[in-house]
Amino acid sequence: MNEAEGEPVTTVTIAGPDLRRFLDGLPGVDSVGAEARAAVLASRSIKTTAKRLALDLAISMIDLTTLEGQDTPGKVRAMCAKATHPDPTDPTVPMVAAVCVYPDLAEVAAAEVKGTGIHVASVATGFPSGRASLEVKLADVRSAIAAGADEVDMVIDRGAFLAGKYQLVFDEIAAVHEVCSGKAHLKVILETGELVTLDNVRRASWLAMLAGADFIKTSTGKVSPAATLPVTLVMLEAVRDYRESHGRQVGVKAAGGIRTAKDAIRYLVLVNETVGDDWLDPDWFRLGASSLLNDLLMQRTKLATGRYSGPDYFTLDS
Amino acid sequence: MGKFEYAPAPESRAVVALRESYGLFIDGDFVPGKDDGVFKTISPATEEVLAEVTEASPADVDRAVSAARRAYEQTWSVMPGRERAKYLFRIARIIQERARELAVLESLDNGKPIRESRDVDIPLAAAHFFYYAGWADKLEHAGFGPDPQPLGVAGQVIPWNFPLLMLAWKIAPALACGNTVVLKPAETTPLTALLFAEICQQADLPPGVVNIITGAGPTGRALVTHPGIDKVAFTGSTEVGKEIARAAGRKKVTLELGGKAANIVFADAPVDQAVEGIVNGIFFNQGHVCCAGSRLLVQESVYDQVLESLRRRLATLRLGDPLDKNTDVGAINSPAQLAKIRELSDSGEAEGAERWSAPCELPVKGFWFPPTVFTGVSPAHRIAREEIFGPVLSVLTFRTPAEAIAKANSTPYGLSAGVWTDKGSRILWMAARLRAGVVWANTFNKFDPTSPFGGYKESGYGREGGRHGLEAYLDV
Repeated sequence: MNEAEGEPVTTVTIAGPDLRRFLDGLPGVDSVGAEARAAVLASRSIKTTAKRLALDLAISMIDLTTLEGQDTPGKVRAMCAKATHPDPTDPTVPMVAAVCVYPDLAEVAAAEVKGTGIHVASVATGFPSGRASLEVKLADVRSAIAAGADEVDMVIDRGAFLAGKYQLVFDEIAAVHEVCSGKAHLKVILETGELVTLDNVRRASWLAMLAGADFIKTSTGKVSPAATLPVTLVMLEAVRDYRESHGRQVGVKAAGGIRTAKDAIRYLVLVNETVGDDWLDPDWFRLGASSLLNDLLMQRTKLATGRYSGPDYFTLDS
Repeated sequence: MGKFEYAPAPESRAVVALRESYGLFIDGDFVPGKDDGVFKTISPATEEVLAEVTEASPADVDRAVSAARRAYEQTWSVMPGRERAKYLFRIARIIQERARELAVLESLDNGKPIRESRDVDIPLAAAHFFYYAGWADKLEHAGFGPDPQPLGVAGQVIPWNFPLLMLAWKIAPALACGNTVVLKPAETTPLTALLFAEICQQADLPPGVVNIITGAGPTGRALVTHPGIDKVAFTGSTEVGKEIARAAGRKKVTLELGGKAANIVFADAPVDQAVEGIVNGIFFNQGHVCCAGSRLLVQESVYDQVLESLRRRLATLRLGDPLDKNTDVGAINSPAQLAKIRELSDSGEAEGAERWSAPCELPVKGFWFPPTVFTGVSPAHRIAREEIFGPVLSVLTFRTPAEAIAKANSTPYGLSAGVWTDKGSRILWMAARLRAGVVWANTFNKFDPTSPFGGYKESGYGREGGRHGLEAYLDV
């Protein structure tokens, strides 16, 4: 699903100093303007039928995630059950898009969601810091795929990026892409909270796309700030421009810090008014989150019944 | 139809208690006019009649000026600055408390989107009162001498594009400096000024310090030519401004008039934000903005890219019910203004420019004009020279910074300009050469009470806002 049908697959020819000149030559981002635009879109008022649609769309775009040192097979199984039946009392609630776990638990997750259509995403490449040798990173990716992951969420080497070693970052992504090729969908985590500037976010987005990313993802969730509206706006502009110039559509995943239905709807508005219908689909936009799901369910019930139920009426994620 | 259509999200009108008819606010009370003249104010989005308003006659103007004179001599000019400040702070706070009511009323009467009245007009109006309240007891530190004195009674005539905000720009500095005022709002948008009169009552402002008289051109003429007025402040068209300057005689005058601002986009500009800035520059408030960026000057090397991005962005603008919280573009304020916009747009086509309008459905009732872009515009075309005061952008190109300056300055106006580039030194080089009162760098239509605003050439004279704005109301 990563190549727009009929479009030629781009072969990357820029490398070394040319890659650097290309990335540094991208138009700048004025952060004041980008933040102002994101703030205006955040003030959209989504009510009634639009809200109902948005809540279900948001649920269907969730990568339901657990990435803790204390994760156990039991916790992952519970989360997978939640992913397949977010609200056991209401069969009209859509399933989430994927479950997202560490590689060693990918097998458990894959067994649980088998046959449901829910994807198994595994973080890899020395998540979250990415501070390991390329061999270790690639072994991490292979083990995740072997365990049943059909989506790999890799982290980029932020240290190398900030040191200006764009080629190194590019080569790592390309190497991981090669391992994933045909077996798993590659999401590239930029960890924008460590890249800090929106100029860097745009550069890293292009770098990842040129190196073969199927998705670009904001954050690991382990660094603050994680996903923000202005950062996601800049990434959406990047995938829009990349498709225009390279003919290939790349997805965007906003991850971390998205906890309420209100937050999620703001991201959907951002997608709607920046890149439009083509990205308003779980294949092209994802929300990496855990506690978000219950707030979406709570708002959904409120919309249907006119009443709020307490959190005790919704199942725990795990 | 897209996948994600927004359902209507109208702001409730219930917060506004409209009266059937309004008198004139003179000497602290609403009073009937001396004649029977009345007119109706309507909602430009629906043509619904909102209220009946009194047409002030010359005799009414006389009453208002006398009340202001009395209040000036007996109360306001002799009151210590710190006491005047208390009233201004109180008014600012009441504006904040009644912000929603003012925003809804402004959108009803003017046709502007509630998002703009709620997020821009009303908060800025309150901010102006807060800002000038702070100056009231510090005038001796403003740089106009050790003990600057007020002028007396100010006659103020304001336009329909930012009714309450323009009122705040006029009344706040005048009162802070110790003047009293007679203010006439535009005949198509009198309602928030009349609600402001209620706010003056609520704030226990001494009678006569603020007088609000409603009416059209003849009322305005009677006001600015009244011998009891010491100061004339006008915001509006250049045509009327010239007439006022001639009629004002020896009165002190400040004029804030038309504009035909250049919004200049260089090849190295942050392109997505520049496109937002272009949109905000000309389609904010339906282009009913004197400092609107109505002439887009794009460096030729990025022309195609910028125009494509701009068209794509304009296709997402949401035009319709001003009270819907998701509306980006509201109604044109009056049939007369709509006719003017149409006439100038037609002239653009007739003179050979290419017209493109954003694809959007216009409501059947009310006055509407789609966001429109003209390309292939030559500097000689009327749409490149005359102020359209509507959602119509004329696009021109340039090759070098010097050419951009020459084209930007080639206008009888000089109110504002915008420069978009990542290069700081170029911003400074451009700003030093642009003959415009305001130069925005990598932004457009940004307002703040601390920043002076005003024009060069036919865009008027005098400054409003900031420390500089005090000068217009002091005897210096």
